[in-house]
Order: sequence, then C-alpha cells, then structure tokens
Amino acid sequence: MENQNKKKITPFQKKLWIWLIIMALLSPLGIILPEKFKAGDAWGEWGTDTLEKVLGYVPEGLKKLTDIWKAPITDYNLGGEDASLTVQIFSYIISGILGIVLVGGVVYLISRLLLKKS
Amino acid sequence: MHIPDGYLSPQTYVPLYGASFAFWAIALRKLKSELSVKHIPYLAMAAAFSFIIQMFNIPIPGGTTGHAVGAGIAALLLGPWTAVIAVSVALIIQAIVFGDGGITAIGANCFNMAVVMPFVSYWAFKLIKGKSDSAKRLYAAGFFAGYIGLSLSAIVTAVEFGIQPLIASASDGRPLYAPYPLSVAVPVMALEHLLLFGIIEGVITAMLLKYFIKHEPEVVYAIQGDRQ
Repeated sequence: MENQNKKKITPFQKKLWIWLIIMALLSPLGIILPEKFKAGDAWGEWGTDTLEKVLGYVPEGLKKLTDIWKAPITDYNLGGEDASLTVQIFSYIISGILGIVLVGGVVYLISRLLLKKS
Repeated sequence: MHIPDGYLSPQTYVPLYGASFAFWAIALRKLKSELSVKHIPYLAMAAAFSFIIQMFNIPIPGGTTGHAVGAGIAALLLGPWTAVIAVSVALIIQAIVFGDGGITAIGANCFNMAVVMPFVSYWAFKLIKGKSDSAKRLYAAGFFAGYIGLSLSAIVTAVEFGIQPLIASASDGRPLYAPYPLSVAVPVMALEHLLLFGIIEGVITAMLLKYFIKHEPEVVYAIQGDRQ
C-alpha cells in the first residue's frame, strides 16, 4: 500500500507501520485477557443467547434485526462459534492485519480520489 | 460500545444515519480543500490505529469488557474533521467485514465514536491546554482529551440504548429493542468508562501525543496555531 504513494515513505512513517503490525501480532491479548479474567461481552453487545438467559426472553424487534447481516469474518473469528482458543488467536491476528490493510487502503483511495478532483 | 443490529429502533438508527451523513459530507468537503499528499499516510495510519486499538478488549474481572477507540489521538493529530473520516472508515470496515457493530447501527456507531468523540476530545484539549506552553499542561490536556472524549461518547451511546424502552414496546409491555432503561444504561456505561476504559484512552492519547511532538511536531494539528 505504501508503494502506491509516489513520494517515498519516510523512516518515521515506516516505523509507525511496523508498530501497527506489531499491534496486530499482540492483538490476541484482547481475547486472552478477557477469557482469563472471566469477563463477558461488552455492555449492550450481548448475543440473543445471553439475552435469553439474563432477561428470560429476546425482545421481538431485536430478534428480527439481529441477523440482518452475515459478516464474512464474524467476530474476527474464522473458526465459527466453537473454534478453539488457538484458532481464535490466529484468526484474530489475521483479522488485525487484514483490517489494517483494508482500513488503510480505503483511506488511501478516498484521499487519492479527493486529490484528483481538486 | 459497538451497538449491534437489533438494539436500536428504526426511529433511532435512521436519524443517526442522517446525522453521520451530514458530518461525512462536511468532513469530505473540508478534507478535499485542505488535504496534502504528505498527510495521506498519517490519515491512513490513524484510521488503521483506530481499527487495531479497538481489538484490545480490556476485561473488568468477572464482568464486562471495553476498549479504547483512538479517536482522541486522531483528532489531535489530524484535526477533528479529518478524524471523523479516519475513525468512520475503521468502524464501517468493522461492521461490514467483521460484524462488530450492526449494519443498521453504522450511523449511530459512527456518530458516537467518530463524531462525538473526536470533537469532544479536541475541544477538551484546547480548553485545558489554553495558551499555556508548559509541557505538563500539554500532556494533561492530551490525557483529558482521550478520557473525556471516550467517556462522553459512552454516555451518548448509553442514552441511545436507554431511550429504546421509551420508544417501542410490545403489547405485553416488553421492550422491542434494547431492554434496559436510561437509569441502568447510563450509570453502567458512564462508570465503566470513567473508571477504567477512559483512563486507558487518556494514557494512550497523552503518550502518542508526546511521541509525535518529539519526533514529528509539524504533523500534530492541535498545536499548529502555537508554533507560528
């Protein structure tokens, strides 16, 4: 993605991209620590199973909308709901790197389009 | 803080889409007139940083999790309007590709984390830093930018959750969407962000601000006025 830029990437920028990749490699901490400390979903982000357990029912409107979209890599997990922690860890790293590439790439594209028009 | 599909009624998510569209339109127009080639890599990196920092879920032992958003540092480095674009792109990719945050809630999530947060962070920074050039004051302003920005963004999210039972309920009185009232949603979301996640966002914001001022001060938008 850096190569698309006609101007050469500065050493400082290169260092920052490397740090972002290091963060992606460390990102599984974001699933390992919650598991270790028995911390559940973020408040307000429960699945319908959890709602059923806590409330005893699933709100009708919520039930209708909940599966409106099937994301290609749901919850940054390639292995499905029953994936082992190892699979989840690798999925998380791959998702992190993919996310950096996609998000960085989309921003580059938007910026290029805006510059071209002006 | 990523509202999933089903938690917001259409009466809530449609207007919030409208609000985010309005901010995107203005932000893109501003970006078009102000963007220079040398800023593009920083814009891309701020967006990528916002994406990746959100993967670090921080546990409250035995309870729930939360995370930093990176919108505070994005606003200080790029300016609040450019941060709107950077953080929105991260949130939209999260929703579409990873199912993190609902498709119907993209407008709401972008409004909370990519509009409210960068502007509040930026104003908090300017207000606390004032005209002072003391380094301590500068980094305190950086900390509170992240801290107040994330906490307020969480409270706005909690209000969106909390008004759902008032907006729509089934004939048996059960809420149709997010089930908890304001009196539960607001205190829970406010406290967890004021006591833990906000502090983490604040520390990250202050540390990165320090790092950028040391290595590449000319890219830090929030201090440009002071340097001329």
